[in-house]
Amino acid sequence: MADSEVTALEHAPGLKHHFDDTEQQLESSTLGMWVFLLTEIMFFGGMFGGYTVYRNLYPDAFASSSRYMNIPIGAFNTAVLICSSLTMALAVRAAQLGNKKVLIWFLVFTLILGCVFLGLKVVEYHEKWVDHHIPGPGFRYEDARYFHQAQILFFLYFAMTGMHAMHMVVGAGLLTTLIIMAARNRFSAAWYTPVEMIGLYWHFVDIVWIFLFPLLYLIGRTK
Amino acid sequence: MSTTLSHPPTEERPNYLNVDYGWKSWLLTTDHKRIALLYLFSITAFFFVGGAFAVGMRLNLLTPKGLFAHDTYNKLFTMHGIIMVFFFLVPSIPATLGNFLVPPMVGARDLAFPRINLLSWYIYIVGGIFAITAIVRGGVDTGWTFYAPFSSTYSNTHVILAAIGVFVSGFSSILTGLNFIVTVHKMRAPGMTWSRLPLFVWAHYATSLIQVLGTPVIAITIVLLGMERVLHAGIFDPALGGDPILFQHLFWFYSHPAVYIMILPGMGVISEIVACFSRKSIFGYGFVAFSSVAIAVLGFLVWGHHLFVAGQSMYASMVFSFISFLVAVPSAIKVFNWTATMYRGSVSYDTPMLYAFGFIGLFTIGGLTGLFLATMAVDVHVTDTYFVIAHFHYVMVGGMVMAYLGGIHFWFPKITGRLYPEGWAKFAALVVFVGFNLTFFPQFVLGYLGMPRRYAAYADEFQILNVMSTAGASILGVGYLIPMIYLAWAWRYGPKSPQNPWGAKGLEWEQSPTPPPTFNFDVPPVMNEPAYNYSGEEKEVEIGR
Repeated sequence: MADSEVTALEHAPGLKHHFDDTEQQLESSTLGMWVFLLTEIMFFGGMFGGYTVYRNLYPDAFASSSRYMNIPIGAFNTAVLICSSLTMALAVRAAQLGNKKVLIWFLVFTLILGCVFLGLKVVEYHEKWVDHHIPGPGFRYEDARYFHQAQILFFLYFAMTGMHAMHMVVGAGLLTTLIIMAARNRFSAAWYTPVEMIGLYWHFVDIVWIFLFPLLYLIGRTK
Repeated sequence: MSTTLSHPPTEERPNYLNVDYGWKSWLLTTDHKRIALLYLFSITAFFFVGGAFAVGMRLNLLTPKGLFAHDTYNKLFTMHGIIMVFFFLVPSIPATLGNFLVPPMVGARDLAFPRINLLSWYIYIVGGIFAITAIVRGGVDTGWTFYAPFSSTYSNTHVILAAIGVFVSGFSSILTGLNFIVTVHKMRAPGMTWSRLPLFVWAHYATSLIQVLGTPVIAITIVLLGMERVLHAGIFDPALGGDPILFQHLFWFYSHPAVYIMILPGMGVISEIVACFSRKSIFGYGFVAFSSVAIAVLGFLVWGHHLFVAGQSMYASMVFSFISFLVAVPSAIKVFNWTATMYRGSVSYDTPMLYAFGFIGLFTIGGLTGLFLATMAVDVHVTDTYFVIAHFHYVMVGGMVMAYLGGIHFWFPKITGRLYPEGWAKFAALVVFVGFNLTFFPQFVLGYLGMPRRYAAYADEFQILNVMSTAGASILGVGYLIPMIYLAWAWRYGPKSPQNPWGAKGLEWEQSPTPPPTFNFDVPPVMNEPAYNYSGEEKEVEIGR
């Protein structure tokens, strides 16, 4: 980090004044993003912890209410998210190569897939509304034995998938920003840090769903 | 607008204070030093709001029957706790002194993410507005712990508003911690190896780990609590199949480590002050540095000691009790090493050192009484009594607030470029020490005799001790007001400070001008000697990173 380097790289694209060089800046952004994802793991971890406690307390009730989840939509949405992770990874690759057109296309694909996921989530939530499976005063449950316990599962279902969906909405907003920035030629092969960072975020949100899907939809199928 | 915040115009060289005076240059600044001052003013305001509630509580407890309606008293102690914990103690040292000093101490021009740093202050203010709104609209009565199902079902006060305030302000804490971690890892100057980092930075690094790992859990806990309060689905309500202990586990998973957020930065300040005013290299640097990390790690494994009488499994309690004892080891390492640093040092008795003495003595009492509470059988006797109150006020007020004031005095010349009146400062330090002990020592006795916490009324025989405590609180309040006055005066009219008034070591004193320019250093700093090199070991000529 000699001073001569600092002056040489003074006008590197996207370099902020308080960093010595772009390498230090990229390393800082990457570490910062990973630390942020760590906080996200702890955030969802609290709900997974609560889920573990209640599933151990009420295994039969959880198996029973899991049958009211819409597996076809859930499975399709899982596939949608995995595809969106692929297009996101390809977008990062296109950014690395400095290929603006391809970058924008893959970002748009990712955004569309994210919106498909959210749209289907709305369909699912509507089903729950129709079936009176929204926890609260209007809650009904087919098996009277499990009324309270099932309500707790649906509470966790809405808390966990709701938080996940909110992260998807934020991700969609970030993708839109990226598309606008890319269209304005803000990225180049020399500087594309935001694409990479938001890519990390997008993959993380996908991984959360990979855990949510089996835990909420697929339990107790053998009984 | 510029009259309240700005520095008086001088012929001085440009520094971060006189570079610009407009209100935009403060509210839109990305300079970590200006953000530190924004935090300083805001948390001072919250400190006095929280203090006002304490005054109300102590007034109420002057007589056995209480002066206020019992509901009012419930709100007083709740708002005192919420404001002091979430809006004063958690951000206190990290967001002010840490924000100001971590970059120059590691030799950086700013924190890694300056805009995120500013964002964290705005988030803090938004959280604060929610909390203040909750107060203005009538307050909250759940206790700062928000225990369910009272908070989720039965309380008819503004729980949601206060909870949103805590939720929002948590993100400011997360962002501060994230910024520190990245800065310490990636922004160190040439020669600033991990083993040369000031212990203040080590303490903040450990604090940041807790902030990023613990705070998200309180956030999700509050989300679940808020949802439950709206839906009444029963997740924390035993009548509906829920588990209230789960709420306590989630709550203390953050809130116990959070007490280390509230003390570790103070320990960092004390390490700096003790080394400087003993004119000696800190004794056992490695042990002090790693004890901070050890406290942070162990701190995550002890939350169950808050649940000894809550219905937690006895075997879990035994494990939590054992690990709680382990925390005493790194804490004791620090106290012994500070003492050993002073041994045969040339100790001087300037104000920061007086606060450091206060810290070491009071923290030791607070820490040792913590062992009483970690002992399961003793804890059954003193749970939810004034013994607990006295214990954590010895750590939080006797420890953290002492360290905070000591740090403010120590770095006041750095921050403002001015000197404060030493005579007044020593007098105030003495008043704070006397007032503090008179306030809280009687509470140990009260608690041991069985006076429960959070009750508006008490048995007649406890009155003498309660009157003593209230008298002490009045003295303590005066002790806090005096520094407010002379520091504000000194900021404007105090004599100019020399570059390094204490002859202290460290990049922030030796290589950064006083007060620092916007990017902290005129020439890129280089660390070429061990940390706390008060004994004058030779400096290196060659520099490796």
